[in-house]
This record gives sequence, C-alpha cells and structure tokens, in this order.
Amino acid sequence: MAEMTMVQGLNLSLHQNMAADPRVIVCGQDVGRDGGVFRVTEGLLEKFGPKRVLDSPLAEAGIVGTSIGMALYGLRPVAEMQFSGFSYQAFHFVEEHMARLRNRTRGRCSVPMVLRMPYGGGIRALEHHSESKEAYWAHTPGVKVVIPSGPRNARALLSAAIADPDPVIFYEPKLLYRAFREEVPDEPETMEIGKAKIVRSGTQLTLISYGSMMRVAQEAAEDLVELHGVDVELIDLLTVSPMDDATFVESAKKTGRVVVVHEGHRTCGIAPEVIARLNEKAFDRLEAPIRRVTCYDVHFPLFSVEQFYLPDPDRIIKVALEMLKY
Amino acid sequence: MARRKLTISETVEELSILSPTGEVDESLDPHISSDDLLRIYRFMVLTRMCDDRMLRLQRQGRLGTFAPTRGQEATQIGYSYALTKEDWLVPSFRAPGSLFWRGWPIEQILLLYNGYEAGNRVPDGNNDLPISVPVGTQALLAVGIGMGMNIKGEKNAVLTVFGDGTTSEGDVSEAFNFAGVYNAPVVFVCENNQYAISLPRVSQTRAETIAQKALAFGFDGVKVDGNDVLAVIVATRAALEKARNGGGPTPKCWKTSGETLRLTFKKRWSVSRRCAYLNRRRFLILPTPRFRRNCRSKSRSFWSTSS
Repeated sequence: MAEMTMVQGLNLSLHQNMAADPRVIVCGQDVGRDGGVFRVTEGLLEKFGPKRVLDSPLAEAGIVGTSIGMALYGLRPVAEMQFSGFSYQAFHFVEEHMARLRNRTRGRCSVPMVLRMPYGGGIRALEHHSESKEAYWAHTPGVKVVIPSGPRNARALLSAAIADPDPVIFYEPKLLYRAFREEVPDEPETMEIGKAKIVRSGTQLTLISYGSMMRVAQEAAEDLVELHGVDVELIDLLTVSPMDDATFVESAKKTGRVVVVHEGHRTCGIAPEVIARLNEKAFDRLEAPIRRVTCYDVHFPLFSVEQFYLPDPDRIIKVALEMLKY
Repeated sequence: MARRKLTISETVEELSILSPTGEVDESLDPHISSDDLLRIYRFMVLTRMCDDRMLRLQRQGRLGTFAPTRGQEATQIGYSYALTKEDWLVPSFRAPGSLFWRGWPIEQILLLYNGYEAGNRVPDGNNDLPISVPVGTQALLAVGIGMGMNIKGEKNAVLTVFGDGTTSEGDVSEAFNFAGVYNAPVVFVCENNQYAISLPRVSQTRAETIAQKALAFGFDGVKVDGNDVLAVIVATRAALEKARNGGGPTPKCWKTSGETLRLTFKKRWSVSRRCAYLNRRRFLILPTPRFRRNCRSKSRSFWSTSS
C-alpha cells in the first residue's frame, strides 16, 4: 500500500499488466523515450523494450487503426492519444471498425484494446487541450467509456479495461493527474466496468457526477451538508457507457431530487441521458425537476476565463438549494 | 551553402507476362502446374459469372447495392493464389474473387448484399477480415496486423487491397508510413481500375504512377499489368516473400480494365459508346479472355485448342 497520484496509479497498472501478460503492448506519441507527456507510461520502454512500447509516428488515425489491427492479431494494445482534443483524427476508426468488428463478424473477431486519452480543462492549456467530449464516444454502440476520478479507481479500472475482451475508451481527467494522492494497494486490483459507486449516502438530494467534476461535486456536497444541513447522496458514475442506471434510479427514488454535474457541453451530453433514464424509471418519485450543472454550449474558452466556464461548487449549491425550495 | 539537385535512386518496376493476345513471355513464366492454372481460370470465370449475375439481380431489385468487380478477376484471383492460408487478407469492398478463393461460400456473399449480417462472418480458420466499406481504412488495420506479426515474431505476411481513388485518402498515406516505420510485412495492392465512381485516376493524383508513392515512404513500388494473372502472381509472390523475410512493405498497383464502375454508374457514357468500347476491347483487354487464350495456346498441354 502506497500513497500515489493518478499518474502513478495508471503507471502501476500498466507495469503490472505488461508484466503479467505478454500480449499487452503500449503505443502512442512519445509514450516510450519520453514516458508520455504526462509520464503515465514512464519506465515501460526501459522495462519491456521497443517491441512492446511503440513510440508512434505523429498520426492519430494511424495509431488507432494499427492498434485495431494488432488487437485483431491477438495482442492487447493500450493506445494513447496525447490529448483527447486530437482524437477526432481517429474518430472514424473508433466508429467504423473498433466499435463494430465484433458485431460485423458475428463474434468471430474482437478488438480487445484500450484507447487512453487525457481530457478536461482547468490546466491553463492551449486551445484543443481542455475539452470533455465523452458524449461523442458514449453515442457509439460497441465501445465502453470509462472515466476514473481518483488514483485508486483509475488504476483498478485501467486494469479492468485491459482485461476486457472488447474496446474501452479510457478518458483520463488530466486535472486530477497530480491533484491529490491516495492509498493504492501494491497487489493487482480491478473494478467492475459499468458500475457506479455511491460515494456518500444521503436522503434529501442526489448529486451525480464523474471524472474531474467529482472533486467539485464532493466539495459542493460537503458544503451542502455542513453549511446548509442538506443530506446529500453523491454518486460517481465511473463508466458513462454502458450506464449503471440501476444505482442512480434507486437513489433518485430515495431522495426525490437529482442534480447531474459534468464538464461536457449541456446539450446532448451525459446529463441529458441520465435525466431521460430517470424520467423513464423514477418519474413518479421525483419531488422536483432534475437539474444539470454543466459547461456551456460554446467551445471551451482560452484559459483566462476557464474558471467561469467550468462548473464550480457554488453553481451546484445554488441549483441544489433551489430544488429544495421547489 | 549550395543549390543542387538530389537524385532519388529508386525506380518503379513494371511487370507484364501475358501479352494482350495471351502469349506468354517465356523468360518470366512462373511455370505454374496445369492443375493450378485450370483452377485459377475456373475461379476467374466464377468471379466473372457471379458478378454478371449479381448485377442482373441488383438491376431487377433482387439484390441490394454491391460493388461490381468486372474486369478485376485477374488481380483478385492472382494475389489470392499467391497467399498462404497463414497469411492474412484484408480486403476492400470489391473483392468477391479473393473471398471465393479463400473459401467464403458464394451464398454468404449474396446474404451480405441482401442485407444479412451473417454474410460478413469470417469462416472459421480463415485469416481474413470482412470487406471494409469505408475506403482506405482497411489499410491501417492490415499494417496493425503486420506489426502484430513482428511483435509476436511470426513469419507471415498480410495483404490489403484498395482502389485508385482510395489512394487519395489520408489513411492510406498513414498506412504506408506506419508500414515503413515499423517494417511491417504488408503488401498493399492498389487495383487501379482508373475510375472512382465518376472521377478518373488523373483527378485523384498528379503522380504518374500509384506505385511510385511507395518511394516517398521508403520502400519499393511495383506496377503490374492487372489484366495479366501471371504477372499478378509473380509480383505478389515476390512481395510476400520479401515481407516474410523482414523486407517490409511493398505497394503494387494493378492497372485493370477500368470498366467496373462505368458499367455500374452508366450516366457518364451512352449505351452505344459503352457497347463500342466493349466490342473493341473485350478480347484484348479483359483479363479472363486473355488468360483463356493463354490456357488454350499450344504451349499449355492441359487444354487443347479444339476443346
């Protein structure tokens, strides 16, 4: 058991999985010599050699396309997009092949690969380095979309993604890469993909979030409990596709009030999907209309104003208190 | 400081073994057994007959949209003949001949084009991918498979196919580049039928040949007469052999009859013009009649001219 950042947790998962399974390989821009621009793949090249740690040419479609090919040939590639903002050049490979080959071949071929990419704002980055477009991927059947929120679950979920027989898009909240440390067990650990986690139990209002917004939601929950006396239930989705609606539907039936918080755009995002499912499955138990606190429907701004664009605890608390008065 | 001319030393090989009238160049003849020549011929005819039949069925509304393959029998059967069962085939959406040769049942192809998912199920034991509808994407999958062969240390090769229009896709350039960088055992086959739906080859690229595109990525390109099944076999064998022995990728460009899409998308040509074209070229250009002439020539013992 050691205290680790998310980057170290992810790195531990890669080291252990590569050591345990010779089929696991890592590829992407600067993942070898440089250890990845965020150092998630540090030390892998030295330990496993250039045959299993591939410094890829600067071409996202090429990285994803060849990873699919390697997966078809029986390997388990873990491919990295340097930033999710550049993954769109590989979008067609996810949509046209990665997500479809199992179905297209009636189960004869599968694509057991992980596509890792750092996402999200708050790091004072250039344009295209801060977006949260998980909804794009969640809209494609045939891929799982996993978004961890801390060092321990990042490590466990990445290991589960590598072991998964089908493609997983692993969206890493880069704001949390080094934001805090957590105890991470030394021995291999996995978590079930597609399972949400109740982080705090409560009776009056359910806060649903995931990824980097979990910290913001957590802060809002603490303030709501301590300053406003609201008994909040906090849920971490962890996987946005497939969505664990059983957990949040049960919670909504208990509290009757739900706020969904995420960093992606407001329209056609993950929150609307959560709300639609609650509408279908918990409508008669709701005390107030479900609300969402999200980024706005404009492009992610340059960083001088990003703090106004990203949801913060105050926005969540304001919405929560309005709901309690409804 | 200087301004000077750099000479690029590489050249593109051009290969043709059968003349348009079916005479074989003895010095280049691969000396394939009579049984195999007959089998190759039968599959070429089968591919052609199937294609004609499917086109009629499609025109009658009894089959969905498919990509006709008329005039490309020599390339498909030729490169398939050169592949071993362990080698991988990553086809384009215009490859029924190669799928037939690799053992895909005809009814499965018909199922596919009648809208049944079962048509795409790769037969057990086959190292094939199903057809790829988004043009050019399959090339990168093939390179990934080749990279996998290198990582696992297995001495197989992978062959992937696309058309001349597809060479305009960035994915094909990325595939060439990755194949070069990782020395992947890949043979890229461009079936240059000279049209991409409505657009002629000259509107896709200013390059004189498609094969020469390989040079920029650091490996060899070969231009082959795609209506000449023997040339296709010889060139594919050489490229596969080179790939298996660590020589990396080779792209090949087959120039085929170029009739395929003109027949499908007839709005470009009037009926009389099409007929005139076919009558003029049928027995000289099309690969199957050309190969039939060769099979029936005096030099081949298995099929007398009187039969």
